[in-house]
Amino acid sequence: MKKVLLVLLAVVMVFALFAACAKNVVEDAIADVVEEVGNAVEEAGDAIEEAIEPDEEVMTLVMATNAEFPPYEYHEGGEIVGIDAEIAAAIAEKLGMELVIEDMAFDSIIAAVQSGKADIGLAGMTVTEDRLKSINFSDSYATGKQVIIVSEDSDIMSADDLEGKTIGVQGSTTGDLYITWDYIDDGLAEIERYNKGVDAVLALMQGKVDAVVIDNEPAKVFVSQNEGLVILETEYVIEEYAAAIAKDNEDLLEKVNAALTDLKESGKLQEIIDKYISAE
Amino acid sequence: MAEWWADIVGRFIHNFIAEDRWRYMLDGLGVTLLVTVCAVVLGTAIGFVVSIIRSTHDKTGRMKIANAICKVYLTVIRGTPIMLQLLIIYFVIFGAVTIDKRIVAIIAFGVNSGAYVAEIFRAGIMSVDKGQFEAGRSLGFNYTQTMTNIIMPQAFKNSVPPLANELIVLLKETAIVGYIALQDLTKGADIIRGRTFDPFMPLIAAAIIYLIIVMIMSKGVSILERRLRRSDH
Repeated sequence: MKKVLLVLLAVVMVFALFAACAKNVVEDAIADVVEEVGNAVEEAGDAIEEAIEPDEEVMTLVMATNAEFPPYEYHEGGEIVGIDAEIAAAIAEKLGMELVIEDMAFDSIIAAVQSGKADIGLAGMTVTEDRLKSINFSDSYATGKQVIIVSEDSDIMSADDLEGKTIGVQGSTTGDLYITWDYIDDGLAEIERYNKGVDAVLALMQGKVDAVVIDNEPAKVFVSQNEGLVILETEYVIEEYAAAIAKDNEDLLEKVNAALTDLKESGKLQEIIDKYISAE
Repeated sequence: MAEWWADIVGRFIHNFIAEDRWRYMLDGLGVTLLVTVCAVVLGTAIGFVVSIIRSTHDKTGRMKIANAICKVYLTVIRGTPIMLQLLIIYFVIFGAVTIDKRIVAIIAFGVNSGAYVAEIFRAGIMSVDKGQFEAGRSLGFNYTQTMTNIIMPQAFKNSVPPLANELIVLLKETAIVGYIALQDLTKGADIIRGRTFDPFMPLIAAAIIYLIIVMIMSKGVSILERRLRRSDH
């Protein structure tokens, strides 16, 4: 009985693997068929789409974010608020769509946008070469920088002093990437990758890590909320924030860029940023 | 077909070979195995002591206070999620001290597993026929001698299948240690996913590794069961 089960299990595993791997082959085949049938299918598709989503109904714009990143996005009174949330709401308004915010782990956002589970990703996300390989970015809407938080009595005065220390980061953020490249790959320091920025800061408060590298604005919030922490004057890296949009969704990318340009020209964008950042 | 194969190979290289990303998986596997093995040892030790106290109380009515403490332990540990127990041990109980996170994980999973192992052992002890105990006593053994020579060997044999189940559950439960920034196999795969934005390769690879370990464990247990069955005849 056990042997039969084992064989069955192995067969199921192999089949599942093959099915997943063969997806591309199947996709190609489907693409050919679709091409052959051509316009007929397209028309039918349009008709079905209209039937499912009548014009008068408001379309939704699903935004993926990680709402643990004040003041860009955070939970307040049961809602997700912040700079990114308001900018997304303003973009949605311009496009005549209704905004729906999905809160998820930071490292799942790109996958969610890529797979179409979300239309747009706003999470204080920096444009990087690696990310551009899998996703498109809108025009930049804010400037961020990576800073170093330490406790007041720390002997760390600049980025150079991080050598030989334990550094806390939020996993998969640019802070994590830069520290990994600059220190960890060369074995110069230890890293602890937390799921949330606030957990890294908590670990710093408890002396479990010597420094936390994170974006400037959330850093300010964390430092203002916790006594005994300071942000080092020297910034670590300067970067541009932008919205992530799937590669095959050029249409939305154009629309979002147009909306962002409008928001910049009308001063609305700056208004939103000032509302959160000057209120500190 | 060739194109498809080249795509798979390219993704494999991108996910595991480039920038030595396989190290995340290998180091993670080491942490997963270390935490699991140490937690099993700790959990079995705790479970053994607790089950002895509980069954002694059940059989003789002695050790009232120790039994009450054990009952509280079982209720609390089995009544709260392991995820919260892990976070509480790391951020609250060891909040003020710097401690190796592997030790935190071993304590959390060992203490958690101990509660389940205790009940498995107790069930094993209670499942041995009462006549066995009475026979031991009438042969002139005292309580301790009866337990160690007659009851426990039979109880252990009865406990092996559920114990193996607990071991497998424990191995897979350690996948949550990423929450305290400990890089186990799951976290390693997740880090690769965060770097390459390709969920397929790292996640499936990690799943296959867990599966292989569980299959090896199951095989080992079935060999042990067969060996123990020899004394039945």
